[in-house]
Amino acid sequence: MVNIIWLFMIVTGILVAAWNGKVETVTSAALESARSAVNVSLGLIAIMTFWLGIMRLAEKAGLIRILARVVKPLTSFLFPSVPKNHPAIGAIIMNLSANILGLGNAATPMGLIAMQELQKLNTRHPDTASDAMCTFLALNTSCITLIPATVVGIRMQAGSANPTEIVGTTLFATGCGTIVAVIADRFFRSLYYRYRR
Amino acid sequence: MGFQAISTISKWAIPMLLLVIPFIAQARGVKVFETFVEGAEKGFETAIKTIPYLVAMMVAIGVFRASGAMDLFIEFVKPATDLIGVPPEVLPLGLMRPLSGGGALGITAELIKTYGPDSFIGRLASTLQGSTDTTFFVLTLYFGSVGVRKYRYSVMAGLAADITGFLASVYICYKVFG
Repeated sequence: MVNIIWLFMIVTGILVAAWNGKVETVTSAALESARSAVNVSLGLIAIMTFWLGIMRLAEKAGLIRILARVVKPLTSFLFPSVPKNHPAIGAIIMNLSANILGLGNAATPMGLIAMQELQKLNTRHPDTASDAMCTFLALNTSCITLIPATVVGIRMQAGSANPTEIVGTTLFATGCGTIVAVIADRFFRSLYYRYRR
Repeated sequence: MGFQAISTISKWAIPMLLLVIPFIAQARGVKVFETFVEGAEKGFETAIKTIPYLVAMMVAIGVFRASGAMDLFIEFVKPATDLIGVPPEVLPLGLMRPLSGGGALGITAELIKTYGPDSFIGRLASTLQGSTDTTFFVLTLYFGSVGVRKYRYSVMAGLAADITGFLASVYICYKVFG
């Protein structure tokens, strides 16, 4: 799927640029994007290092295990393949909470930590996403948002009379997205096991 | 009122974690400094590992956008979205949102500037921007950091959620602000 999307974007991009008679934009766009991708990755070094340190402390102190036990009913439904007190559960919960609170720069490292923990359980085919990883990503990309902090900021700057009035509508829209993410994840998984194995 | 409380929570969340976690760890006999460093060691490696994955994805998205293929794609889906009452002004935003966080933010800022934050378009754009995450970015970054190359059905699940978030935004904005 991702192979097809990737190829589609590049091929149509080049064809359309040629048709518009500005094929040289492809070169600059490609190199510019590559550069910004590297910048994003390098920017992650500081924040990943920081959060990995904090998370190891939380793990050694037993806090992750406590957190995992508290949310067990929910997580054993969403992630049946992950052992009850596994550190992955703690990291997943931290990531989703950070997303809900709109703490963008804490959510990403938590998500990467959760992924690493899930990868430890994914021993049979390490280059293929596990069921739990797919569920986690579906939840993550559609996560309920309580505080869309960036948008509220833009609205304030633009002189809105009520910058936060979109909180309710955002909550509704993300709530619908999350429900569909969970359903779609289960649905596509059942299709996957029926037709590809 | 409610929002004030929530925004206070999000302001305090990280300082509190930073205070409480090392404190409890120390109380439980963990060597706090050494343990922090031991965990932090993997930060560099994790970040560097994401480079090839992100470059691959962002180059494809960059070429797709800059060439004008994105605009053509919008023209292509417009008849269908017109049918269900999606304002044409927000269509580029809806399509950009899963692809590029920066691109989507730029479009949102522009729509808010052009139409005003308290116009219907402004409110709908704000809701859309807050509603979904940059699916392709998150997918590439998270899977890339652990070396997963086969994403199975997770692209489809993510896009299904994105489409739902988009339609739900349009629906609720008509109900609340329409």
